[in-house]
Amino acid sequence: MDQSELGLIKQHLIDPEICIRCNTCEAICPVQAITHDARNYVVDASKCNSCMDCISPCPTGSIDNWRTVPRIKAYSLEDQLGWESLPEALSAEQLAAQGVAPDAVPDALPPQPPLPAAASGEVDFNSALYGATLPPWSAAHAYTNLYGPKAADRTISATVVGNVRVTEVGRDYDTHHIVLDFGTTPFPVLEGQSIGIIPPGQDSGGRAHHPRQYSIASPRNGERPGYNNISLTIKRVLEDHQARPVRGVASNYMCDLEVGDKVQVIGPFGASFLMPNHPRSNIVMICTGTGSAPMRAMTEWRRRLRASGKFEGGKLMLFFGARTKEELPYFGPLQNLPKDFIDINFAFSRESGKAKRYVQDVMRERAADLASLLADPNSYFYVCGLKSMEEGVVLALRDVAQQAGLPWDVVGTALKKEGRLHLETY
Amino acid sequence: MPSIDYSEKIPNNVNLGEDRTLQRALEGWQPNFLNWWADVGPEGSTDYDVYLRTAVSVDPQGWAQFGHVKMPDYRWGIFLNPGDADRKIHFGDHIGEKAWTEVPGEYRANLRRIIVTQGDTEPASVEQQRHLGLTAPSMYDLRNLFQVNVEEGRHLWAMVYLLHKHFGRDGREEAEALLERRSGDADNPRILGAFNEATPDWLSFFMFTYFTDRDGKFQLCALAESAFDPLARTTKFMLTEEAHHMFVGESGVSRVIQRTVNAMNELKTDDAGRLRAAGVIDLPTLQRYINFHFSVTVDLFGADESSNAATFYSSGLKGRFEEGKRVDDHQLRGQTYKVLEARGGKLVDKEVPMLNALNEVLRDDYIKDSVAGVERWNKVIEKAKIPFRLSVPHKAFHRNIGALSGVKVAPDGRVVGEAEWNANVDKWLPSGQDRAYVGSLMGRVVEPGKFANWIAPPVMGINRQPVDFEYVRFN
Repeated sequence: MDQSELGLIKQHLIDPEICIRCNTCEAICPVQAITHDARNYVVDASKCNSCMDCISPCPTGSIDNWRTVPRIKAYSLEDQLGWESLPEALSAEQLAAQGVAPDAVPDALPPQPPLPAAASGEVDFNSALYGATLPPWSAAHAYTNLYGPKAADRTISATVVGNVRVTEVGRDYDTHHIVLDFGTTPFPVLEGQSIGIIPPGQDSGGRAHHPRQYSIASPRNGERPGYNNISLTIKRVLEDHQARPVRGVASNYMCDLEVGDKVQVIGPFGASFLMPNHPRSNIVMICTGTGSAPMRAMTEWRRRLRASGKFEGGKLMLFFGARTKEELPYFGPLQNLPKDFIDINFAFSRESGKAKRYVQDVMRERAADLASLLADPNSYFYVCGLKSMEEGVVLALRDVAQQAGLPWDVVGTALKKEGRLHLETY
Repeated sequence: MPSIDYSEKIPNNVNLGEDRTLQRALEGWQPNFLNWWADVGPEGSTDYDVYLRTAVSVDPQGWAQFGHVKMPDYRWGIFLNPGDADRKIHFGDHIGEKAWTEVPGEYRANLRRIIVTQGDTEPASVEQQRHLGLTAPSMYDLRNLFQVNVEEGRHLWAMVYLLHKHFGRDGREEAEALLERRSGDADNPRILGAFNEATPDWLSFFMFTYFTDRDGKFQLCALAESAFDPLARTTKFMLTEEAHHMFVGESGVSRVIQRTVNAMNELKTDDAGRLRAAGVIDLPTLQRYINFHFSVTVDLFGADESSNAATFYSSGLKGRFEEGKRVDDHQLRGQTYKVLEARGGKLVDKEVPMLNALNEVLRDDYIKDSVAGVERWNKVIEKAKIPFRLSVPHKAFHRNIGALSGVKVAPDGRVVGEAEWNANVDKWLPSGQDRAYVGSLMGRVVEPGKFANWIAPPVMGINRQPVDFEYVRFN
């Protein structure tokens, strides 16, 4: 099976129950992806390039709907023209039934809209209702979309200045730590933001590849402090869920880069998954696999502040899940961080001879410490990793809170309203 | 008094800063506009911070900038859609010639008349709606009303720009007159009849934005085809904003229906008396409001046979709806179209030259578009499993303009006598009682997230904000 067939896409759809058929989107679409009949306005998945030009002009909000589907199972125009309402989002199980790996990431992620907004599709998951759409009050200002389809310069060129493997050699799956340098071109970033990489060449349909989104793994002042560079954590995709060989276009391109190579970058993206900067603010980080990238960035920034001696940081607590110890990126360096600086908790789901342990299991074991952090309005919670972990993690937070006598409807609402619970799962 | 930098104050893409003549004209007009807004704009709203959409450019990112602003500080901009230097006239006698960037002398009077007539409706609707803020059913709806109001204001600016820029002294006089006429004023009324009727309640407002603003859409669509390129480009951009107004109408009526059918299912009744006792608007009353607003709006398209319409088309001033998408000779000489007339107690088709029937052509396109939305309202009723359907009345019903004015026609299209009309008029059009009942429901609800009893909350907020967002800050 060829890669493009296995690929997932975030398909852009219009909600027929809310749409008033005003034709604004069709008139504005630069690639003629939107069409209509007497009944519905619909988006052609093979033409839509997620440029988002149609989103803010829509008077109703019906335009802003996205469904993760395998590319070959994208809803056709005929399907959409017949709809009276939007179909439910496919569950992880339904996607798996269609041969999609549970950790597969859509090829084309829609760029983050610049507006105060919940990520679309969130209503499908209860846990997402508690995810904040605003940054912490003490977050630094994030620059977004400096390069991209809407910006003056569509891409920025970065030079690879480092590419090292951070998981143990010998495993089928390997993870790379890649450093990109922007020279003198402005590319200001914050911990928690992400960038898009455009792989060179064309897909099997002869079109340019869609950008792939990666979280930045380095702090704001550079992977190397004082330099205009960033680092990324990228896992090489070599097989799908059924262990059939598949080479992920972007991940293999990135992992094979050599020092001196140039890559095309867009971004930065993200204006809410940002860290607090006020003294004594606590950060609880919960991640799986390459979801560790933003956690590494935040940890490193706090480490540098602490080393400067001028900043009084609060507690750092990390829950880190992977299948095995060997797959953990940054395992070695993490172990070396002082215990009084960061409280690290690992969970391995595929250790031979041991029961599966997920991050939420370890969180429950640490309920006492988590509860005191949940009760402190200076605590900020970050979740990054596979979509499938999100619900379990938020449920664990809820149970920890309730067992400690903290009503979840109060705590959960406050976490969202105060920009203290951030969910970034894929 | 320090001079105002208009190119800064008025977002524009027409090089306002470089056009001294225009600059002087606007310096004269702008204070009068603000006085007009203060006099007859939304009542008591001067100090509110309203979460409004402002256009700062014509690209997709630029024309939907959201933020809290005081309405008198709203940046009413002047925008033309990007031009095409090679654009050709695509209908009428001048087909194939280069589109005009200046007004041809022989069409000056007619073009001015078209622009003034269109421009006059914009401040008129602001005047008609000025008291509605006092009885808003929610903060969300209050914000939507104000958004409609400021955008009608911007549409006035768009027309005044054309008058100032292209029509010299008489253009400036017309621009002043646009601020002097008043909706409903016996001595100096607005030009079109429907724009002199008050908008007494929010149901009327929703019906108005659904039906009457849709007339605006079709008129703008016809003008967007114009051979006079600045008019075409201006109206194209106005259309993007007009969509919001129709959204307010369509979703507003839909939410009223939603609340009503919910109440019908809760109380297990379709009895209008019981539903009114429960404080919701029964479906037959909604049907009568539809009948009224549809028929009044259908009149706005003008007489079914009109030599002016023929002249406007042949001279290239005003095209048909989606002229560019039609496949015919775009000159229409020798072609015919069917219009209705009453003969021998019946409505019969009459073939007339199509050029003379262009008002009717546009009216029929409008009706098709209106019906589609009414069908979406029926979906709400269907979903609630209630056996009732709303519909638009026959186009000959309750007409006051054209060959059908004065003919008594039932909503189903039967010509009826005076006696039958009088016996049924209260079933067909909102009665005094209906209006008094709807009026009695109008109380101000403006706490964030709260809604009046007669209307359901919207399914989503504006610009992805939550429904209970503070859309208006009263200060």
